[in-house]
Amino acid sequence: MTTTSMIPCGDFKTRYATDTTIFPTVTSRNFAILGIVLLAVAPAFLDRYWLNLLIQIGYLGIAALGLNILVGFTGQISIGHSAFFGFGAFASAWINNRFGIPVALAIPLAGVLTTAVGMIFGVPAARLKGLYLAIATLAAQYILQDFFARANWFTGGVAGTIAEPFSLFGFVFDTDGRYFYVVLFYMVVMYLLATNLMRTRDGRALVAVRDHYLSAEMMGINLTKYRTMSFGISAFYAGIGGALYAHYLQFVSVEGFTILFSIQFLGMIIIGGLGSIMGSLMGTAFMVLLPELMQASTDLLSGTAVDRMLNLKDSIAFLREMAIGVVIILFLVFEPDGLAHRWKQIKAYWKLYPFSH
Amino acid sequence: MNLLFQLLVNGLIVGALYGVVAMSFVLIYKASRIVNFAQGEFLLIGAWACWWLLTHWQLPFYIGFPITLAFMMIFGVVLQVVVLRPMIGEPIISVIMVTIGLSIFFQALMKWMFGVFAKPFPPIFASPTMNVLGLDVQTVYVVSLVISILIMAGFGWFFKFSRMGLAMRATAFDQQVAQSLGISVRQVFAMSWAISAMVSAVAGVVVGVVNGVSSALSFFGIKVFPAVILGGLDSVVGAVVGGLIVGLLENMAHYVDSQWLNFGNMYEIAPFYVLIAILMVKPYGLFGTKDIERV
Repeated sequence: MTTTSMIPCGDFKTRYATDTTIFPTVTSRNFAILGIVLLAVAPAFLDRYWLNLLIQIGYLGIAALGLNILVGFTGQISIGHSAFFGFGAFASAWINNRFGIPVALAIPLAGVLTTAVGMIFGVPAARLKGLYLAIATLAAQYILQDFFARANWFTGGVAGTIAEPFSLFGFVFDTDGRYFYVVLFYMVVMYLLATNLMRTRDGRALVAVRDHYLSAEMMGINLTKYRTMSFGISAFYAGIGGALYAHYLQFVSVEGFTILFSIQFLGMIIIGGLGSIMGSLMGTAFMVLLPELMQASTDLLSGTAVDRMLNLKDSIAFLREMAIGVVIILFLVFEPDGLAHRWKQIKAYWKLYPFSH
Repeated sequence: MNLLFQLLVNGLIVGALYGVVAMSFVLIYKASRIVNFAQGEFLLIGAWACWWLLTHWQLPFYIGFPITLAFMMIFGVVLQVVVLRPMIGEPIISVIMVTIGLSIFFQALMKWMFGVFAKPFPPIFASPTMNVLGLDVQTVYVVSLVISILIMAGFGWFFKFSRMGLAMRATAFDQQVAQSLGISVRQVFAMSWAISAMVSAVAGVVVGVVNGVSSALSFFGIKVFPAVILGGLDSVVGAVVGGLIVGLLENMAHYVDSQWLNFGNMYEIAPFYVLIAILMVKPYGLFGTKDIERV
């Protein structure tokens, strides 16, 4: 994981300021702005199917970024992320339905509430690492899932809960084309926040805890504080992502937030690249598009011999799960640094073109 | 009162099975330092393989069962060689994630091959229940208790006297020293996975005979974690004790819940609360050794 901060050869930095800029070159900043502008005009050109996918990438990407801050930047594993995602979804709907607070405010409030829950589970986690932490977060997953099924006042129990659509000054964001902007806004803000966090003292402390927690502690970094904080931040992102999910679907059911979903989040950041902010988004896009790609290929194959033999239409759900497992394993074995690293290599190749070593 | 006693006996028997699975989990961890999140899938695969041999091929149990064990042994070795061997030396998070990936892959594969519904085993014993101390206990439970104890005794003997067992202990103690003494560490790793897969499959078949085979079996692999945390990661005896405690705890929680609390679902969830509580007080489990690290 330490290799993600690897600098390609020929890339020398002479001042600290250049080391901590968000965009290393003017071109990369222009490209980022161009990307956001392109996304902003996208609803005019894309149909519902693609907008739906983009919105999914948006809210899942926010939650995945939270997990990446915890796993990739702080080195604390969590197998309970979807429970926090679910908690955010229910919390936002609950705040809105119970207290009549407008959705625009309920989403950040849900994030704060999820942070509080994350901190509660972060307290035992602050003393744990490696396997013990993995097991503790696994327990958190089951405990929260059990809580969802039990807490009728909060989640509506088996029936689930209705979430009002997002509205601002009387303007209701209830179509995909409109809601897209809400998700885009949150995504840009959350990604900028995370990028800035990693440039601050606290962000560097998190990375130090990951790289060598004993040395970090000797340098005066408060391990308990930063581990708990990391859990809190990760839960906050999950909460925001979950809240966006709730107001997009306008209905939250207790069944969705299983351990498989948590593993999918882990898969996203592994595929994207642990310890890479843009990697979280790439990994999310990969994970969201993978089932679509599989669906498309099954449609292509329908009626052929392969289809008859494997009975693709009925087994697509299992094939999807299997694909998630296989992709995680393949990435860990062959490209442990994820898509972000691959992307960096491609960039470095073109930058240094004829003499790349 | 009778109910309490019945639950206690149930807890003891299920706990013994947890102990067996936890033991095979600890075996892998001790030998190769790999945390196997796919332990539950070993049960699942073993149970489905045996079910398939018994129903599809109509083999009698005493033939189908050894074939299952042989298959699981090969399966364990292949899994270790193909997937886990490249991961040696990788950070613990990566290794954990690989086994998690394996776990969801095999779970989905089994669902795809055999369907999502529980399927009953063909009857194996002449009488389904027998009378022990005035209680009706399923025969297979009694047999499973006997099998569990046999496996545990077998493990004890294996680690104390057999050449391979001693080699495993040496590898667990210090890989480099073991290698320099002529122990093939690769072989030890492969064997530990093979034995673990085999023993888990036994547990899987036993549970499958009682409850029918379904993907719920893989939940056993998750119940192993409270047991292991209770008993300490690197202690085989601790794993057995932990398994027994978890089994009893579940049934006690179920009893308390059904008598007074009426929360529902306590059977499933109580071990996890206990797990969090223990980790809050003792971050390395009840009997685990505290790592002493240097910079």
